[in-house]
Amino acid sequence: MSLQIISIILGSLTLATALLVVLSKHPVRSVIYLVVTFFLITSMYIMMNAQFLAIVNMIVYAGAIMVLFLFVLMLLNLNKEIEPVNTRTAQFTALIAGGSLLLILITALKDTLILGESFRQKNEQIGLVKELGNLLFTKYVVAFEITSILFIAAMVGAILLAKREKQIIE
Amino acid sequence: MDTALLIEKSILVVLLFLVSLGAAAYMTYFERKLAAWIQDRVGPDRAGPFGILQPIADGVKMFLKEDFIPAKADKWLFIIGPGLAMFTALITSAVVPWGPKLHLFGRDIALQVADINIGILYVFGVLSVGVYGIMIGGWASNNKYSLYGAIRASSQMISYELAMGVSAITIVLLSGSLSLNDIVAQQSSVWNVVYQPLAFLIFFVCALAELNRAPFDLPECESELVGGYHTEYSSMKLGLYLFSEYTSMFVSSAIMAILFFGGYNFPGMSYFSGNTLAILSIGAFAVKIFLFIFVIMWIRWTIPRFRFDQLMHLGWKTLLPLSLINLLITGLVIAFKNGWF
Repeated sequence: MSLQIISIILGSLTLATALLVVLSKHPVRSVIYLVVTFFLITSMYIMMNAQFLAIVNMIVYAGAIMVLFLFVLMLLNLNKEIEPVNTRTAQFTALIAGGSLLLILITALKDTLILGESFRQKNEQIGLVKELGNLLFTKYVVAFEITSILFIAAMVGAILLAKREKQIIE
Repeated sequence: MDTALLIEKSILVVLLFLVSLGAAAYMTYFERKLAAWIQDRVGPDRAGPFGILQPIADGVKMFLKEDFIPAKADKWLFIIGPGLAMFTALITSAVVPWGPKLHLFGRDIALQVADINIGILYVFGVLSVGVYGIMIGGWASNNKYSLYGAIRASSQMISYELAMGVSAITIVLLSGSLSLNDIVAQQSSVWNVVYQPLAFLIFFVCALAELNRAPFDLPECESELVGGYHTEYSSMKLGLYLFSEYTSMFVSSAIMAILFFGGYNFPGMSYFSGNTLAILSIGAFAVKIFLFIFVIMWIRWTIPRFRFDQLMHLGWKTLLPLSLINLLITGLVIAFKNGWF
């Protein structure tokens, strides 16, 4: 029972910080709220005994990706004067886009609660490294390898874009 | 929940907190004495015999200084920055196994706060979050030198995390476990550094860069950036930044001892047992940590600072490929030994 109370508290905190990301006027603060949100999601994974996922979420999202976000925002030095003006059309299109994303998410996730419960009952250890590694390298090996090829393609593309045409300074 | 376990862990946490802070405080004294010795000076010798009370005097001074927040600074983030730096420096020690089990009051007490089976990943997770303290503090100061320091710190830490992680993976490959406890237990006869000298070297250099220690102390390099990310800080907020550096130095020395130098193992362990063994092991571990700290300080007072482009060059074009090749060779050797060919 206490577990349920903890997850309710964590869930509401996650929602609150996620809302603050959107509602905060200051971009750097938004990023920091997003980091806190990722930490709360990490704690959710821990509640589900998925230690590996939890720590990877922390390293990749809260650690690496958000540091890069913050990095870029700090260099941009955004302030009130250069903030783009939100026109009516922009607001309207944003509303439609956000609304359709919400709809898709709801249709995609409406069965997961039941599915997840049955999955967890089948195997309590599913989130630990050994189980996850076994699954990734046997059952899902094709998908896993294809994803890594995608990542390499993206990386090569990024390097190509960032590379200067002529190396002047050596 | 087992009440005795709860009490035991709480005592261990408080003890660890005090030990890390105490060690960090006396490391400042040790560093100054060592610097004095290397530069043929006397060093602090006024407060108490041999200046042994100097860290306390410094701490009192830090607390009594005026705590100043610049007018244009982002007030909350300015306050959060140093706290975050200290917090991330302290929490790594939770997964460090300090010794074998102690027998006290009829109970087996594990000298590790949390034996999670992904211990080494936890260390890297905390490490990757550790950059926020410096970044937030540097940005919130609203000063160009602080911002430069923060940007340097974050790009340096992101770059060196890669090579560090890859060289740690070779150790994971060797021991087949992510738990620090297992990694230490497997080194009871031969230490990992014998099998992986290159990985150790890469890890050590990367650890220096992650700690922002000389020769990689560009984020606070005083000849270019006044004081780097903590230019605007004063009083105990500055104290926390300086202190967190020493605390992380202590913890990362412990991590290096665990991954490469057998943790609490020492030669001739089999002659002892029970509590004697536990206490001797803690002693051996402490000696290893002390030696690492000594080497890190020695390097600071010997080697001049790198230039920033040299630092990036070293990280991306030397250490990362070297660690990848090392990982590949280790993997091949292990596959060969397991008869996969």
